[in-house]
Amino acid sequence: MKCKQFLQELTNYLDGALDARTQSELEEHLTWCHDCHVVHDTTKKTIEIYRDSKLYELPVELASKLRAAIMDKCRGSKKSPCSGAASASVTSEAEDELPEGDAPPQHSH
Amino acid sequence: MGAIQPIVTGPASEELALVHAAKGGDDAAFEELVRRYDRNVFRIANHITQNREDAEDVVQEAFLKAYRNLDRFQGNSKFYTWLVRIAVNEALMKLRKRKPERFVSLDEDIQLGEESVPREVADWSPNPEQQYGQAELKEILTKTIQGLPPGFRTVFVLRDVEGLSTEETADALELSIPAVKSRLLRARLQLRERLSRYFKKRTLGEATS
Repeated sequence: MKCKQFLQELTNYLDGALDARTQSELEEHLTWCHDCHVVHDTTKKTIEIYRDSKLYELPVELASKLRAAIMDKCRGSKKSPCSGAASASVTSEAEDELPEGDAPPQHSH
Repeated sequence: MGAIQPIVTGPASEELALVHAAKGGDDAAFEELVRRYDRNVFRIANHITQNREDAEDVVQEAFLKAYRNLDRFQGNSKFYTWLVRIAVNEALMKLRKRKPERFVSLDEDIQLGEESVPREVADWSPNPEQQYGQAELKEILTKTIQGLPPGFRTVFVLRDVEGLSTEETADALELSIPAVKSRLLRARLQLRERLSRYFKKRTLGEATS
């Protein structure tokens, strides 16, 4: 295996998604190629650092506030299904429907 | 050496039961779904928009939209994947409104940039994150991921931070599996390259600026 092929397979290797033969070729490559060894180790570490980083944790107080606001809006939308944007029809599972109070979409070209 | 361990999520049947109850008008069941996933949606939205107020809006709008469209949810995917799809769309809309000039569409074919080819091959210190205080480390990580195009960081966050599978990520972003894999590889390599500046082993006497 060459370094270029190693790079192409790196994500599958890190995700445990390689067939046995390619995996053993890649691991053989890692035994003698110092650069790829470093790239593998530091890429794996990159993922672990981000996963453990707790970036953008939602503070408990804010979570309660948001949850209350969400449930208020949900209940409100149930009571007045025909008011304003809440009556917009939806065409697919994740299709757009404007939440109340939101600005209309801007169509800038 | 070896594979990254997947993140284990709660049982799908329990989630489905909550969705079922919520569809039947049980608001407490829907509130439980909010409680279960609000942190995830907030993290994803914050990573995409890089703006806390926008992220708060996205959390509210995504759950409200999910609530109003529960009948449309057929259960072909997990509720969480469906919710993530809604939240990602909301977050991308925010980003488009705020920075239309810098926006890169998710389905745009991005060529393998120079930055995806490893240049920095110096080994890192054994526990590189411990070289920095918690606040400083967060700043480094935030700054580093901010530098990625939105399409790359969205895939990275869903796969590597939130632990969605490749298939779930493809489903949530409406991308093909090869497109997810390709963006993930580039995102991982670019982040690695940029973090090397901070984490590589330093020789004696080298400045740590």
